[in-house]
Amino acid sequence: MTLKYSFKTALNGLKTHKSRSVLTILGIVIGIMAIILVMSLGQGAQDLILGQIQGQVSSSVIEIAPGRQPKGPTDFLSMFSDSLKQKDLEALMKKSNVPHAEKIMPLVFGSESAVYGSETYQATLYGMTDAAGTMYNVYPGDGRFITEEDVKSYADVVVLGSKVKEELFGNDSAVGQKIKIKGRNFNVVGILASKGQGMIISFDDTVIVPYTTAQRYILGIKYFNHIIIQADSDANVPETVNDIKITLRNSHNITDPAKDDFNVNSQADALKMVSTITDALTLFLAAIATISLLVGGIGIMNIMLVSVTERTREIGLRKALGATESDVLTQFLLEAVILTAIGGIIGIFLGASLSFLTSLVLSNVLATNWAFTFPVGAAILGLGVAALVGLIFGLYPARQASRKSPIEALRYE
Amino acid sequence: MALIEVSRLEKIYADDGVMTPAVRGVTFEVQKGEFVAIMGPSGSGKSTLLHVLGFLDRQTAGSYRFSGKTIDDYSSKELARVRNKEMGFVFQTFNLLARINVLENVKLPLLYSGIKESLWDHMAKEAIEAVGLSHRLEHESAKLSGGEKQRVAIARALVLNPQVIFADEPTGNLDSKSGQAIMETLQHLNEEHGHTVILITHETYTAEHAQRIIHILDGKIDSDEKVDRRRKSNEFSK
Repeated sequence: MTLKYSFKTALNGLKTHKSRSVLTILGIVIGIMAIILVMSLGQGAQDLILGQIQGQVSSSVIEIAPGRQPKGPTDFLSMFSDSLKQKDLEALMKKSNVPHAEKIMPLVFGSESAVYGSETYQATLYGMTDAAGTMYNVYPGDGRFITEEDVKSYADVVVLGSKVKEELFGNDSAVGQKIKIKGRNFNVVGILASKGQGMIISFDDTVIVPYTTAQRYILGIKYFNHIIIQADSDANVPETVNDIKITLRNSHNITDPAKDDFNVNSQADALKMVSTITDALTLFLAAIATISLLVGGIGIMNIMLVSVTERTREIGLRKALGATESDVLTQFLLEAVILTAIGGIIGIFLGASLSFLTSLVLSNVLATNWAFTFPVGAAILGLGVAALVGLIFGLYPARQASRKSPIEALRYE
Repeated sequence: MALIEVSRLEKIYADDGVMTPAVRGVTFEVQKGEFVAIMGPSGSGKSTLLHVLGFLDRQTAGSYRFSGKTIDDYSSKELARVRNKEMGFVFQTFNLLARINVLENVKLPLLYSGIKESLWDHMAKEAIEAVGLSHRLEHESAKLSGGEKQRVAIARALVLNPQVIFADEPTGNLDSKSGQAIMETLQHLNEEHGHTVILITHETYTAEHAQRIIHILDGKIDSDEKVDRRRKSNEFSK
């Protein structure tokens, strides 16, 4: 029998049992739909998270934190140590030590209340330099940012996050006004442009002062919470990370790298970690979705077995009229594969549509820029898996059908 | 050379260790172009014999030669090919596929024939015309009368112009008038087109349309005689 006619025969077989075929397809549709939905939403979430990190922090940024790389719960305590000092900063600034460091910025932070008249707001305080602009993509929407001069002169100037400004000043102009932090007067020199909600790192809630001022007059510390270094290019990041480690070990007299009292993380590492986590989550969900596909496959086998029993006489007749075993096998196998293929296509379509709707809702309701991505790989995989499910779960019933003796099949009541 | 040569043929069914002999050593020949009726009461083994003759089942012992070749020489694929090309089957219960139309039912053997698809319609229509059902081409077969169904089955048996037509109680489920028409068609095919016909029946009246009657009793041949006064279907149709 020609393949074309086998196809027609199989299609006819399915058409004559419409409702049964539809129910069988449903199992596959749900399985494939779940896979596509999970993969597509997972991809969307990952793109969103990575996009936010990449969009806000330059990918050539390297962060040095005190304490060693945390390896267990107790290690987190060491994160608050004071191992990063002025002499480290000076060592790192030497071109001979870290040749590819373009900008270096010490960072101190704490939680402080900002007071204006009768208004008080608890904000995150950052002590930074003018380098923060390119590193973290923060720019004033009004006024100016902190300058090199401010840092050198321990100036009492402050740049407000948009939310802090709103809480303290409402709609009034804030630049030129004075606010109090820890009882000390600060000139408001700039307001940051709002970055909106949904961002992972938001400066809307912060007040930024020169790090020198913050150390001496607000926090009363001599160490740094972080040192941030921007490499001159993304390609030089790994080399720079290495240079930083060597410089700091020399500065701290450490010979055994296992005893490092600091840790160095590049933005690239952070991105890698985030995508590893989201990948793992997506895979986990896809594995669950696969189980529903398996259930769908068993449903197909069940239906095909019923179909074979129910059509025993038809099989007998076809054999009496000259069908070979392989003709019958092909017919029933094709029926199963057509069922799963149709289910697969519908599932991909529904899964993609649902994912698209979800991305619309997420981007509108939550005001994020969640982008819809059609998971081509998952679609191809889904279709392949569907066809495979049809083949595997269709094979047993089809073999049962093809091996029937024609006369016993014809006599079957 | 005879078309069908059967020698000491036996068929024993073994079911749960219980041996039930259905055919117990029969020997006969059928020449090309003959019209033979195999008669016997229920359980005499006549249907079992037909199944072996029609390659639907294999014998337990003895030999069966079809067209000079013994059945044991055929692989299951070759058996399927012979059933397809050389044999046509007409069953008591018609065995049409209920939900497809007359034309598609008659086309069934063509699916497995290796003949080009472009010729199928023409061949099937010719066979349907031969049984006088051209006006029913598009009818769903489930909606036909019993007589019409059996004529579709005959058209299906004819479509590949086989050497021999096996008819297993073809009139058993029909009223006498429809049965008459079926016998008329079979006789016509035998006389005008030279098809060998092997008819299974338990009615003497139906059997007498054949040229020769083989009586089977308890799996053995009781008698094998020519029909002296052969019935012509049209004698009774009036």
